[in-house]
Amino acid sequence: MSLAELRVALATEGLSASLDDACLNPAQVLTIASADWGDAARVAAATGWRWSALWGDDLGAQLRLSALLERRGTYALLRTEVPAQAPTLPSQAPYYPAADRPERHTQDMFGLRFAGHPDPRRWTRHQAWPATSHPLRKAFPAAGQAPQPTPGDYDYPFIRARGAAVHEIPVGPIHAGIIEPGHFRFQAVGEEVLNLEERLGYVHKGIEKIAEGRDAEGLLRLAERVSGDSVIAHGWAACMALERAAGIAIPPRAAALRAVLAERERIANHLGDIGAICNDVGFSFAQYQFTRLREDWLRENQRAFGHRLLREVLAPGGVRRDLEPEACVAMRRRCARLAAEAAEIVAILERSDSLEDRLMTTGRLAPEQAARLGCLGYVGKASGCTFDVRRDSPYPPYDQLEVRIPGYRAGDVAARAKVRAEEIQVSLALLGQLLERLPAGELATPWRARAAEGLGIVEGWRGETLAYVRLDATGRIARYFPRDPSWLNWPALELLIHDNIVPDFPVCNKSVNGSYSGHDL
Amino acid sequence: MVLHILNKIFSVGVVTEPLPREEDSVLEQVGQQLQDAIGQRFQGSLAIRQVDAGSCNGCELEIHALNNPYYAIERFGVHFVASPRHADLLLVTGPVSRHMEEALKRVYAATPDPKLVIAVGDCGADGGEFGCSYASCGAVSRVIPVDAVIRGCPPTPMQLMRGILEAIGIATSD
Repeated sequence: MSLAELRVALATEGLSASLDDACLNPAQVLTIASADWGDAARVAAATGWRWSALWGDDLGAQLRLSALLERRGTYALLRTEVPAQAPTLPSQAPYYPAADRPERHTQDMFGLRFAGHPDPRRWTRHQAWPATSHPLRKAFPAAGQAPQPTPGDYDYPFIRARGAAVHEIPVGPIHAGIIEPGHFRFQAVGEEVLNLEERLGYVHKGIEKIAEGRDAEGLLRLAERVSGDSVIAHGWAACMALERAAGIAIPPRAAALRAVLAERERIANHLGDIGAICNDVGFSFAQYQFTRLREDWLRENQRAFGHRLLREVLAPGGVRRDLEPEACVAMRRRCARLAAEAAEIVAILERSDSLEDRLMTTGRLAPEQAARLGCLGYVGKASGCTFDVRRDSPYPPYDQLEVRIPGYRAGDVAARAKVRAEEIQVSLALLGQLLERLPAGELATPWRARAAEGLGIVEGWRGETLAYVRLDATGRIARYFPRDPSWLNWPALELLIHDNIVPDFPVCNKSVNGSYSGHDL
Repeated sequence: MVLHILNKIFSVGVVTEPLPREEDSVLEQVGQQLQDAIGQRFQGSLAIRQVDAGSCNGCELEIHALNNPYYAIERFGVHFVASPRHADLLLVTGPVSRHMEEALKRVYAATPDPKLVIAVGDCGADGGEFGCSYASCGAVSRVIPVDAVIRGCPPTPMQLMRGILEAIGIATSD
């Protein structure tokens, strides 16, 4: 329905958009003339489409670009091709701020110029390869050039504030805690933040490149390591993309078990995050309680599935491990216990005046800002953007379940914590339902590859997580593109920190908890 | 408010395990060695600076877990510090991305001698799933000197604890 409206809107503007017969499930493909790429984004933005992802693909003489849009649960994939020699494409970033960094990533990795981009500085590239070569071109060797020490990235042109009272605070890439590396450049007056600029890319490991040539199992191993806290989110998205490409359906029991794993991952991460948010304002009681509950939860992962972070449980075509009926009963009992304990501790937190003072109105992201950036997961849900793939574009087994989505408009650290607390309860209830009636049957459909492409979209614990896969004639990976929700949430941190004090940055950052690895790839 | 907190604290009780149940005898041995080694060589206090040099963050999640009330690694005299200048030991996860190569070298240089380096995880040990590429240097030992390795993807908190204990033991018996 809304896709037809988009085509009408494009046609009204005199833009060509042909609907491909071959759709890339769950998206329908609209082929756009390259000259119209920017205008198509303008029309889509004006008609309420959310910008979700962009990826390139080196097809030899041509580069193919794909941009994923979504509106009310309908996905549209805009596609165009440009000559591989000195390629240029109109930028979509003037209409979609969310496209800003993905276009810069594509520029660095493919050597594609985005005309009219408001900020064409390099993004993913530091000093590991020169500006003249592009790792995701097929001619670029995965091994790179002769190994020699890579210099630090000292000359990145940061935005500077000037004035007698302004000072600059560089932080990172190595931070003071046990966390991932990235650089934050603050311009501050006294303690107040005037501007924050993020500089990421430090843990770029060449994931998209080293995926090429792998088989399905090898791709899944890599997908499970895109971001260590999102093993199931990225693993499931990659499996779904592979399975759609290969045209195989997974058994209902496998789908239900995948949902069990996904909800367990969501709960584990939310438990850790709520504790860490409280700890960042000195409320260590919550930290110890929640890290204890998280440890109990991970030990049950180990017992039931053989791995604390749930690695090597998924398989292309299904899952590797089953749950016996007794294990389901025991797991349901523990779910009920966690539901009661989490509710009890959250009730204590809600009665704390000092927590309220530190978390409410801190790091506020207005709903309009979140919508403009296309924020996902708990960041979006705390600021009025309640999109959730499980509810709005459901895939098995969520098409058989009702998923309640918490939503707030306050957009502060407290709201992001509350969304997590509520999602824990929703996930526990879902786990109860899933475990009560696991469908009987096989654990996996035998894997068989074919030359095709596929798109997988799941609701990971951070939000909408997607994977694009193209298989070549031998069934090997020709292109893998994983899009972590962090791409859409990192820019929000730069906005929500405005007018906050520098000492509140850690708690603001924790409340967003973007993945560095999942973003830097 | 305070009553609720106290009530919760007392009703949960102490969950810290005297020593983890599995592999009791080995751990008791290594745990004792650790405290002895830290006592002899580090005046009872071992300061660790953790460095993520390119990890997927899986290792970091498990290193974090060392501070939860089950493992409570501080009771052995181990604590994590904010600066390499305060550290006796670097706990480095990998693979070392090329974009982190220089930063890791500078951390190593900033850590006062004598110092120990443990490469953590399969990626820190040999590059793991990411190997060496245009973007990855692979093993930590390809960038800075490494004294010990803790394998695993990621290593569990138990494996981390044992690995740290063993590295200290080895270093002390040198």
